Amino acid sequence: MEVTLKKEVHDPQGSAVENSLKSLGYEAVQRVRVGKYLEVELEAPDQNEAARLVEDMSRRLLSNPVIEDYSYTLEEVRRQ
Amino acid sequence: MKWGVVVFPASNCDLDAYHLLRDVLGEKVEYIRHDAATLAGCDLLILPGGFTYGDYLRPGAIAARSPVMGAVVDFAAGGGPVLGICNGFQVLTEAGLLPGALYRNSHLQFRCLETYVRIESSSIPFTGAAEIGKVLKMPVAHGDGNYYLPEEKRLELEENGQIIFRYCDFEGNIVREANPNGSVDSIAGVCNRAGNVLGMMPHPERAGEKILGSEDGLVIFNSLLEFYGNREVRGGA
Repeated sequence: MEVTLKKEVHDPQGSAVENSLKSLGYEAVQRVRVGKYLEVELEAPDQNEAARLVEDMSRRLLSNPVIEDYSYTLEEVRRQ
Repeated sequence: MKWGVVVFPASNCDLDAYHLLRDVLGEKVEYIRHDAATLAGCDLLILPGGFTYGDYLRPGAIAARSPVMGAVVDFAAGGGPVLGICNGFQVLTEAGLLPGALYRNSHLQFRCLETYVRIESSSIPFTGAAEIGKVLKMPVAHGDGNYYLPEEKRLELEENGQIIFRYCDFEGNIVREANPNGSVDSIAGVCNRAGNVLGMMPHPERAGEKILGSEDGLVIFNSLLEFYGNREVRGGA
């Protein structure tokens, strides 16, 4: 799962990293945004239910809808 | 009347608030744990500053989902006064009790310094004893005090009189240099629509004694005492 600042929200970390890349000579760099990557392992009977759970936890805790967007992918893993 | 100071893991201004209320103002006050089911009959609540849960995920995010917050939300919904200071402000926005969000300071630096804020509204219980335009000197100490909300929401707050403090210079001018964190519109404190929940980044509890360099923060506590002191307010949940 990825959580990123909304496009219209200034990203101070991204700006700092962008400037550092430029100081290393990467003139090609136009913009950098810093976000978060999360892995959540969960048990669900099917993908629909897994998606419902992830949406729910994303809205309630994992992201702050005032400043952040989220996206995710689901991967099925067999229980050992 | 009894004050409650809510203590989360890694709150660190709980003692400051407790000390000011008990030793400086002579008030009844007790701590309320983050896992408490009720608010022990407290009439006024303070969510103190700190770095609850190490600021993991987002500042205030995990504390806002702790067991005690159910009672805090009910208390606020019933009109009970809640003051969130610094991390407490972050907890209140994360809990949805206040609009907007607080995130990384625009310059990425932690700021620990004296600031001045101007009172923008005195029609709520937290600032009733002060005049609009009065300048208060209070310290800030935070890395995530950058207040943000979309422009249309900001206009809504402005219209409703929910912007209570703005960072200013010592004469009360709203200038960019006086804004310590990049907050939109120099906003230092906001309240909910009903006016009974206030969040602010500066620390009034650390500005209540001469020896600390300022007594300006007292006006907030005195306003609350004046407003609630002579009448019954809703008891704890």
